[in-house]
Amino acid sequence: MSDAEDRQRLGLKDAASYYRAPSPFSRRLRKSLRASSAMPRRPFFSAAWWGYAATFACGALLAWGVTFTQRISTDSQLPRELVSAHVRSLMENHMTDVASTDQHTVKPWFAGKLDYSPPVVTDAAAGFTLVGGRLDYLEQRPVAALVYRVRGHLINVFVWPASGGDESMQSLTRQGYELVHLVRAHMNYWLVSDLNRSELTGFAEALANAATQN
Amino acid sequence: MPHLDAAYNLARWLTRDPHDAEDVVQEAYLRALRFFDGLREGDARPWLLTIVRHVCYDWIRRNRPQEVVGDIDEEELRNMPDTESTLGQNPETLLLRAADRAMINRAMEALPVAFREVLILREMEELSYEQIAAVADLPVGTVMSRLSRARAMLRKAVTGASEKGSQG
Repeated sequence: MSDAEDRQRLGLKDAASYYRAPSPFSRRLRKSLRASSAMPRRPFFSAAWWGYAATFACGALLAWGVTFTQRISTDSQLPRELVSAHVRSLMENHMTDVASTDQHTVKPWFAGKLDYSPPVVTDAAAGFTLVGGRLDYLEQRPVAALVYRVRGHLINVFVWPASGGDESMQSLTRQGYELVHLVRAHMNYWLVSDLNRSELTGFAEALANAATQN
Repeated sequence: MPHLDAAYNLARWLTRDPHDAEDVVQEAYLRALRFFDGLREGDARPWLLTIVRHVCYDWIRRNRPQEVVGDIDEEELRNMPDTESTLGQNPETLLLRAADRAMINRAMEALPVAFREVLILREMEELSYEQIAAVADLPVGTVMSRLSRARAMLRKAVTGASEKGSQG
């Protein structure tokens, strides 16, 4: 049964009370949040970020050919970092640095910004459209984030080189978001979305297949 | 403040008390802030509701432990008598016609919290089954069966109450 076929609706939004937050409470809450957010925060795209990025780029040039040893385990910090990056991209209205549905625009945009060329595909699966790409920062390194849309759902696909061989698909749920991971052709793929798990894993598979055929 | 009404409404329905709802929402927003630099615009509603629900359940466990009945036996639920067939084709008009708001509110509050929450998330927040599954940490199939059971229970409670009312 799809959502549209939900004919059993009772119309509770009108029939029962929808309790809106009282405005004195709203004001108090705003005040106490402001007080607590005055504590030091982690800046994201700050000057320091660009410093890291520049240092990394130089280091990568010198150490060309050095393989990255990264071990991903589902109980590491990484899933949390991924969900943070996903939510942040939604909240800060910073989905894309390069907005384009054309892989030949998005892919070259990463050249010079990363020391690898992320696979960008436009037509991996029906209904999934490429929205654009941006740089993100995970596990102390800049990574490519590709953004896809299906129906109302946005999908962040984080891609960076893997040190080991192929790894089969794993999926997990964190804070209400679905995460899917796989390693294919020496690339790590992490997908994060509020899309349901079966569609997300299907898309991950299609994406990795299309990318390796390119 | 993004999604504050949604957060408050869920907390108000799950705790059934305006002051407790405020405490829960405040705690939820503080937790949300700890994870992220700030709460801004965007589709963070399901994520925020997940946090609100967590805080609500912590609160219920602390203050009204008898309300959390552990795991609900879905098999047992399936075998409960169904009221849908006897109540006609158009549950919406039935509910609206037969009952006033105060009575529906009372019937909602009397539902076990596991049923109340799927009704709120579906009918008031209009989340998809997948989003509800994520927020309530349930399989999608369970969301659908629980939702249908919750609607049947509510319809039954409301018709029962209005029949009693019209007799007296």
